[in-house]
Amino acid sequence: MAVELDVFVGNTTIMDEEVYQLWLDGYTVNDAVKVRMEGGVMEECEASADVLLSDTMDQYRTFQMCERLLHSPAKLANQLLFQIPPNRQAILIERYYAFDDAFVREVLGKKLSKGTKKDLDDIGAKTGVTLKSCRRQFDNFKRVFKVVEELKGPLVENIRQHFLLSDKLARDYAAIVFFANNRFETGKRKLQYLTFQDFAFCAGQLINNWTVGAVDNMVEDMDVDLDKEFLQELKELKILITDKDLLDQHKSLVCTALRGKTKAFNEMEANFKNLSRGLINIAAKLTNTKDVRDFFIDLVEKFIEPCRSDRWTAADMKLYLTHYTNSAHILDTFKHQVVWDRYMGVIKSCIFKMYHD
Amino acid sequence: MPGKLKARIVAGRHLPVMDRASDLTDAFVEVKFGNTTFKTDVCPKSLNPQWNSEWFKFEVDDEDLQDEPLQVTVLDHDTYSANDAIGKVYIDIDPLLCSEAASVISGWFPIYDTIHGIRGEINVLVKVELFNDLNRFRQSSCGVKFFCTTSIPRCYRAAMVHGFVEELVVNEDPEYQWIDRIRTPRASNEARQRLISLMSGELQRKIGLKVLEMGGNAVVGYLQCFDLEGESGLVVRAIGTACTLDKLSSGSAPNTNTHMPVFGEDLLSSSGPPTPFRALPTSSSSPPPFSPSKPCSRQSSSSDTDLSLTPKTVTIISKNPLVKSLCTVSDTAVFFYLQEFPFFTLTSFPPGFLVHVGGVVSARSVKLLDRIHNPDEPETRDAWWEEIRQEIKSHAKALGCHAVVGYSESTSICEEVCILSASGTAAILNPRYMLQLGLEADGRWCVLFSRFEEPSPPSCGFCHIPYDELNMPFPAQLTYCYHCRRQKVPDVLFTTIDLPPEAAVTGKGCLIQARLCRLKKKAQGEVNATAISNLLPFMEYELHTQLMNKLKLRSMNALFGLHIQISVGENMLLGLASATGVYLTALPAPGGIQIAGKTPGDLSNEQHILTIQKRINDTIAKNKELYQINPPELTEEVVGSPIPDPRQRSRLFRSHSESSDEVSELDLSHGKKDAFVLEIDDTDAVEDIHSLLTDAPTPTGFYSCNTEVMPGIYNWTSGVQMFTSVRVLRLSNANLTNQGLNKIFTDLCENLLKSFYFKLRSMIPCCLCRLNFTVAVPEEELIQVRNLFSGISIAFLSFFSSLPSCCLLFTYSSVGPLPALSEPAVSSLDRSSPLPEGRSRSLRSNRSFAGGSVTVVKMTPLSFLPGTRIIKYLGIINMFFIRETSSLREEGGVSGFLHSFIAEVFAMVRAHVAALGGNAVVSYSMKECVFMENPNKNQAQCLINVSGDAVICVRETDQEPIPSMTNIGQTCTSGTDGAT
Repeated sequence: MAVELDVFVGNTTIMDEEVYQLWLDGYTVNDAVKVRMEGGVMEECEASADVLLSDTMDQYRTFQMCERLLHSPAKLANQLLFQIPPNRQAILIERYYAFDDAFVREVLGKKLSKGTKKDLDDIGAKTGVTLKSCRRQFDNFKRVFKVVEELKGPLVENIRQHFLLSDKLARDYAAIVFFANNRFETGKRKLQYLTFQDFAFCAGQLINNWTVGAVDNMVEDMDVDLDKEFLQELKELKILITDKDLLDQHKSLVCTALRGKTKAFNEMEANFKNLSRGLINIAAKLTNTKDVRDFFIDLVEKFIEPCRSDRWTAADMKLYLTHYTNSAHILDTFKHQVVWDRYMGVIKSCIFKMYHD
Repeated sequence: MPGKLKARIVAGRHLPVMDRASDLTDAFVEVKFGNTTFKTDVCPKSLNPQWNSEWFKFEVDDEDLQDEPLQVTVLDHDTYSANDAIGKVYIDIDPLLCSEAASVISGWFPIYDTIHGIRGEINVLVKVELFNDLNRFRQSSCGVKFFCTTSIPRCYRAAMVHGFVEELVVNEDPEYQWIDRIRTPRASNEARQRLISLMSGELQRKIGLKVLEMGGNAVVGYLQCFDLEGESGLVVRAIGTACTLDKLSSGSAPNTNTHMPVFGEDLLSSSGPPTPFRALPTSSSSPPPFSPSKPCSRQSSSSDTDLSLTPKTVTIISKNPLVKSLCTVSDTAVFFYLQEFPFFTLTSFPPGFLVHVGGVVSARSVKLLDRIHNPDEPETRDAWWEEIRQEIKSHAKALGCHAVVGYSESTSICEEVCILSASGTAAILNPRYMLQLGLEADGRWCVLFSRFEEPSPPSCGFCHIPYDELNMPFPAQLTYCYHCRRQKVPDVLFTTIDLPPEAAVTGKGCLIQARLCRLKKKAQGEVNATAISNLLPFMEYELHTQLMNKLKLRSMNALFGLHIQISVGENMLLGLASATGVYLTALPAPGGIQIAGKTPGDLSNEQHILTIQKRINDTIAKNKELYQINPPELTEEVVGSPIPDPRQRSRLFRSHSESSDEVSELDLSHGKKDAFVLEIDDTDAVEDIHSLLTDAPTPTGFYSCNTEVMPGIYNWTSGVQMFTSVRVLRLSNANLTNQGLNKIFTDLCENLLKSFYFKLRSMIPCCLCRLNFTVAVPEEELIQVRNLFSGISIAFLSFFSSLPSCCLLFTYSSVGPLPALSEPAVSSLDRSSPLPEGRSRSLRSNRSFAGGSVTVVKMTPLSFLPGTRIIKYLGIINMFFIRETSSLREEGGVSGFLHSFIAEVFAMVRAHVAALGGNAVVSYSMKECVFMENPNKNQAQCLINVSGDAVICVRETDQEPIPSMTNIGQTCTSGTDGAT
């Protein structure tokens, strides 16, 4: 007496947001029914388990049919198969492209290749995200990457327009694409304390200031690749640590400014040369792709960790970096003010963001 | 050469990849009409080709214009092998043939393939230049308007109602021709689709001719059906009501809010205060002065003789001049002729049109199918229907009525056995609406809407009995009308029509269903037909009993929109009766239900009966509260009726006949038993009572009915949704009993309803209107022991605004009164390619990003859209699709397959309506949904037929269609706010 066939189709496609989320989260129909039952939807309207199962199956089928369209969201608006109100379309797309922070944290900076895809079950097991959901998220990253890879113009805007995403989500995707393209190392143990949002913020900074697009907005890959000329110029900053006079001068300027303003003054003074060397060395090495990948780990090892062991507060950090940056402008023999600002502006905001437990 | 058809192929989009090597397609288009074919150039290597073809011109007869569809085929060019077909679009150009309907067809059509479904879209422009042809021997009937709506369409007034028109055409089914063995499934499906399209075109043309002959210009309540008779052929038949309609100027179009069927403005405005004294005779002993019932019943003897004739003679009669009945209207001395079949497919009428309603009349007949030998002379099928109609007519006569309203016909076929059914409501129409039309040559009966002084009928007039109290056709209990106290009324009234808008109703209505399964032995030929016709009377009886009991349980006394479907399968018969129950103020309050045991001595039994009795009484009390039935207390004054058994209350009058043409009339009253008493004497009875009580009550906030509007609810909002649901149940157990089957069937229907309530829970308060259930027992060729149930239901729902409605799912529809968008699809042409093709274009400079826009098309089985006004009817939509798959599992199994097919059908209907410039389909119905599967071969096939009226509607307050387009750029920005 099995129900052989059971469909429910509306002229306007109706979708239950809760079921959509369950589907996106990779629940099987039966698991989704269980979750819904526990959610108390049955008591609410005197439904039986059969009714719930039938409804869930219907919705799942609808989502599966829509999935093809969601792969190129622009199609969703002018396809004729499903009549979906515009605001619902937007919700469908936004939810489909939403991702779990825990999952994205794992694949951030990894190559979006078949190899990585094979490891998805491990990542799924580690993060508690179902494999199905992992695959969707991974495929989304890959799809967005492939489309914007070949487009000119600003990255965030391209993503927003091609995938009809909200500004926030488009920015996150830009970060993912940027990280995947430059293959930034994010998986090291020392970097584990950083969240996806920390990285996304840093990516935004890098995209806005260090890429080709920051100076010329009509080049291919402008927001994905770092500005080579700029990286070359960064080598010039080495003078700040190689020139002994300059280094001392810089230190005294900073210390003068900081004296009496912070409890960590002594540690700052003692560590100044080390910290400065760390930051300048990072800048000087960025011409090597390998060192670009280690950018974040370097920041943590060379700067954040020493500071943290000296128990700097976030305010201390802010104070220090502000004066460190500004003092360089007063050094009369230091001629690379523009490059310095472009470099330190990003470093400053990245470190502020990354300096937490 | 009376017509020039012009077509232009503009562009395609979202085409499938046909060349795996390049991931692209070299598409071109063939445009075919009749035997002429044109081709576009090949648009190489593009999935979004721009053909911008010239105008292809076809010079054709208007006869062909009516019959043939324009066939657009999209193909993939292949240099070395045969070109691959991507898919087709059939465009019915009929709407262009009527000056008042659409003037151009233009828009994106889904490219449909019977194997792959929708594969991209194509933009087509079609125009017709028609030259006037006044040849009176012409075979075409261009300009006759067709409406599926079963009331006078909203922006017209009926100048004249000419009456019943019917026609059928037959042909061999391509699926069963010898050639089908060697051709591909695709070719076979396409041949079938094309043939049916041709046949319905031809049918419409022929009906149009009849209408022109009668002097009409439109067909209202057009009902077209297919009978897939398998080996013996394919029958397309249609019935309708011929009318002469006058268009009302849009400014004066009456407000639809009243939910009244509008016949004409002057009719409404001229209606004065109620004058029951003049309209109705005060004394029941003398026949009403103008009532045609007397002359009719006298006349009936002559037409009854027609019935006794053999079918062959009946056929001859149908060709002969029509049977006439003369009715005298004494006070005005106006004569009118009765048409051969004074039937009306309409279900709602202007106030005062219906004088009295007699009750439901129905007839069924079991026939054995044989091959149609000569498709040009479909005599047998004609004769069959002729026979049934004669029966209906005589039943109506017996009820003292001269007309049948709410008339419909249907069939159920299993292998070679076919059950033909017809039903309607016997009625007396107001002679004030009828005028003799001189001595019209064909003597057809006409109803003329004159500008007579119009007495507004009382809200109870139609309930008064039309038949002679002393000479009742069946036993019934009569009382004086509880409303006017002047005329007799029956205790229960069953009808197939919608509740007349002026009727006085107490409380709210609700959906009432009777469900029944009967096993029968598997048999062949004559034996099988006999077995079925022997079963039919019992099924009718039981369905009727169930309806009656359920009606009483809800404390109601009338059924509207009654539809009884009997479906035949290999080893069972299914019966499903649906209707909307109401409490008519004019009728007496129904008595309760009493339980009586067979063995009064048995104490435990007594106890059991008492509990059941209590449960029934509780349910009745609960229902009274639920449906707000609080009739004013009246002192019971039962009219001394001379009827021998005053407790009988059956209102159904029907008969069955089988091939041998034996008319056996069935008395559906409960024999000599007291009808209010249910006896528990065996397990069957217990089961019956149990099923009576297990009908789950409608959850709070939900209302359901199968009529156009819900009686007792008047505050509709414009949030309208239409749904289709199909369920098929496999019976695993071969040795099921009748009871077991009944339980399964009842559960299936109940679960379907529960499912709706659950799915639509976020829209509370809402009402499911026009719930239309269809059952079938699909046959199975390969596996013998196998039965499938399927319930197809089409639900329409709407919110009413008085209650603070919260509808999260439909925030969209609550934004404006009507979210329907009506800008013609043409305007979206320039925005057709939303994605920049190349990689070179910078998006920054292309910020506006005007996305493609799709016209929103509303679909509803109602004849109106709440909150809106229909300003133009664009023509009838009548589409037939076949979908087949040989990769059933890959498409998500049977459910996945059917789900996407139904979605595709909706999409194609919407696209056609949008191309006509419309924004809604009213009176939409899915007439046919035949599903066949063979899971072992991983195959399935499905046929769907849908119809409706394409319309342009505007918000009640607006004059112009609402010009709003869904723009992607906007959607994105505005939509995300809600999402984040």
